[in-house]
Amino acid sequence: MKIGYYPGCSLLGSSREFDESVRALSRAIGLELVEVPDWNCCGASSAHVLDHKLSLALPARILAQAEAAGLTEVLAPCAACYNRLTSARTELAQDPAAAAEIAAIIELPVTGRVKVVNVLELLDRFQDEIKARTKAPFRRKVACYYGCLLVRPPKVVAYDRPEDPHSMDRLMALAGAEPIEWNFKTECCGAAFSVTRTDLVARMSGRIVADAARHGAEAIVVACPMCHSNLDLRRPEINAQLDAPSQVPVLFITQALGLALGLDPVALGLQRHMVPALALQPAAVGKD
Amino acid sequence: MSRIGVFTCHCGENINGTVDCAKVAESARTVPGVVHSVDYKYMCSDPGQSMIKAAIKEHDLTGVVVAACSPRMHEPTFRNAVAEAGLNPYLCEMANLREHCSWVHEKGDAATQKAADLVRVIVEKVKRDAPLQPIKVPVTKRALVLGGGIAGIQAALDIANSGHQVVLVEKSPSIGGHMSQLSETFPTLDCSQCILTPRMVEAARHPNITLFTYSELESLAGFIGNFKATIRRKSRSLDEKLCTGCGLCTTKCPNKKIKDEFNEGLSTRGAIYVPFPQAVPNKPVIDKLNCTYYKTGKCKVCEKVCPTGAIRFDQEDELVTLDVGAIVLATGFKLMKTDQFPEYGYGKYKDVVDGMQFERLASASGPTAGAMKRPSDGKPPETVVFVACSGSRDRSKGVPYCSKVCCMYTAKHAMLYKHKMHGGKAYVFYMDIRSSGKDYDEFVRRAIEEDDVSYIRGRVSRIYEEDGQLVVMGADTLQNGRPVEIRADLVVLATAVQAQDGSEALAQKLHVSYDPYKFFAEAHPKLKPVETNTAGIFLAGACQAPRDIPETVAQASGSAAKVAALFSRDELTREPIVAVVNRLPPPTFSYCVGCFLCQSACPYQAIEQEQIKARDGSVLRTLAKVNPGLCQGCGTCVATCRTKAIDIQGFSNEQIFAEIMTL
Repeated sequence: MKIGYYPGCSLLGSSREFDESVRALSRAIGLELVEVPDWNCCGASSAHVLDHKLSLALPARILAQAEAAGLTEVLAPCAACYNRLTSARTELAQDPAAAAEIAAIIELPVTGRVKVVNVLELLDRFQDEIKARTKAPFRRKVACYYGCLLVRPPKVVAYDRPEDPHSMDRLMALAGAEPIEWNFKTECCGAAFSVTRTDLVARMSGRIVADAARHGAEAIVVACPMCHSNLDLRRPEINAQLDAPSQVPVLFITQALGLALGLDPVALGLQRHMVPALALQPAAVGKD
Repeated sequence: MSRIGVFTCHCGENINGTVDCAKVAESARTVPGVVHSVDYKYMCSDPGQSMIKAAIKEHDLTGVVVAACSPRMHEPTFRNAVAEAGLNPYLCEMANLREHCSWVHEKGDAATQKAADLVRVIVEKVKRDAPLQPIKVPVTKRALVLGGGIAGIQAALDIANSGHQVVLVEKSPSIGGHMSQLSETFPTLDCSQCILTPRMVEAARHPNITLFTYSELESLAGFIGNFKATIRRKSRSLDEKLCTGCGLCTTKCPNKKIKDEFNEGLSTRGAIYVPFPQAVPNKPVIDKLNCTYYKTGKCKVCEKVCPTGAIRFDQEDELVTLDVGAIVLATGFKLMKTDQFPEYGYGKYKDVVDGMQFERLASASGPTAGAMKRPSDGKPPETVVFVACSGSRDRSKGVPYCSKVCCMYTAKHAMLYKHKMHGGKAYVFYMDIRSSGKDYDEFVRRAIEEDDVSYIRGRVSRIYEEDGQLVVMGADTLQNGRPVEIRADLVVLATAVQAQDGSEALAQKLHVSYDPYKFFAEAHPKLKPVETNTAGIFLAGACQAPRDIPETVAQASGSAAKVAALFSRDELTREPIVAVVNRLPPPTFSYCVGCFLCQSACPYQAIEQEQIKARDGSVLRTLAKVNPGLCQGCGTCVATCRTKAIDIQGFSNEQIFAEIMTL
């Protein structure tokens, strides 16, 4: 199977390991990623608050580029990219006048033919492969953390439950993990305030880490670069204000599944984390 | 030869401002058959009507066309006037020059031309009108009330007290409904059961009321004044005549783990049970789904202990068919359950309860005997958070409407809590406080000012459990959306009031319309609030929309008054706009070939088979016959009939074709 791939800016920079693990896992389950040619920024957290047309034009161009390359579906691993691409696509499909205007701006047709999927949605289709290829079951208690964007807004995403999602738990269970019941599956991590209000983010992300740890999580599994960087990169700030500092590692779901499938931890980028995660795999194998 | 009079009304400026009424009157004079045509400023006024009456006599008119407003507005006015002048009222018709022309078009020759056309069309129709007589149908003076909550009880009592028979049907084992579950009632804090149970007893003892508990409507046929209702009396597995209501069986039932519906699952009951101590009738019922004997064929403990031998395991449901003249629908509501709220724990936290569960916790007859104890561990809750608008006014929950009773009962809950736990802390999260009712706002102010309940304007985004407490995360929108976090021992969700389960199926059984949320629809939101679109079926209480007790009782009495008015007559008259199968002498003549396609097409089961018999009794032909009592004049059979044997009186095929051909 072949699918379009839109890495977005995070996966080239702060979340290189997400890109590496998506590619590694795709190879392992027989999925060919075709990068969207000449892709651009999705607009992410800035465009839609500054200029409505810009927030539609940027994603529309990405989708138009994908369509021109003969793709029918694009994987957007970053939750913010996914949100922008699906939101813009939905809005343009419902508003032909806006679609025409945007088409004129980007000088490419806006047809709405290319669909957008996130990692969870995509991996859901590979349940059999994941189950069959799991060599080193990920025998850990995991807190599946969806964050605020991945399954929302329900009108646009229409996939999984917006308040109490389960798709990631289901996938992790397939790979041998034990997803825990906890409180903050969809709580906000503080997102881009990481830069301007690090103190706020430390508090918001802190309660997420603390709740996961309190419920016995041995790893937090995410599918969003922003969530990952806040829970991982900001761990020193988080731990500074936690009663019980925690070293529970934060993994992208593609890394966690990659480990279960027996892929090389370094190929999955596990060495790039701030909270040590490399040590996870031998223990998992040892327990097997 | 027709002699038609045309009377064109200016309706002040309403018509004449756009249409040249004098020209319309003039053009009408040229239509063949018209012998008199005038225009006048207000035809509906007394002088206008007198003008018509005088013209009928002077010109010996055989038909009248009033070109004015909608027939919905003034057709009765003009038909009465025509009847007073000695003409059959159905020979008078209206051309709608207002809604169909002047109000929707610009002033000009085209509008005047259209008005003239409309008049011509109706003239052609009136030329072919036949004199008709209103249909008279008898009335069965017995009412059926569906639902034995406060709405049904009140309606039944009022009808019974006006001297008519009532059959009160309740699906559960006792009457009383939701009101019997409430602890206290707003805005007076009097005990709900204390004011309800006398009514329940009165209903049970009233000589004019027949009580069918544990029963449901199976089917309904017929029409206003002449319904035929079939009631399924579900088997209680009990000979009610022998049972003394001693209750021994209920204490000996070995199966004690069944969730008690009356206590909203906060306590358990046996498989043979009386729902609550004041139940009417105070006779037990066996819950067959949970009874050990019905499941395994063994047990029968209740049978062994019953001192009067009243248990009947082999008892079957009984179907009773009744003739009734009117029906009051009072089937009530249901409350959205806490498991509809993923953000509030999907119903998995025992200490997140709904409003009705809190009523049981606060009730002296409840599982805690009225002591404030939380469900999970029986600890007295020191902090309680009440969340108003849980599900209501929330499109994502499919409930855009306001549930109306929650603002008041939440204030009541917080008060009851504070009265029982003086040192406790009560918080209410709300969107708006809607307390418009007599003494209602004062009641809410009392909760805030005298009982020190903290009202926080904002929504709760999430509730989660931490260290045996519930953490309630919300926002205070009166403080710029400041995040609020409260650690509570108990959370009460004022969940949305929704239509009762099965209301859609019931509405379809009764041919009553319902709204998108499955509440039964009134015939007119303002002027016919207790009527349904089906004549003879009325509404009371929360089956129509969320309602509190005072409103429910008022509406029930309103329905009862409508029923009493209906029963004050021995016969009903109906408009004769019904279908007829053409029949001419000799007795066998009709275009009808007896295919009965019309019978399957009729939505009202109004078409019967009529056998034309010879003198020796042999059947010569079988023809369709329309029951004028059932027929609603929809015309479906007319369109279906292959031989054009059916016509709607007053709207015959010939008339409609003539109207079209004149254009």
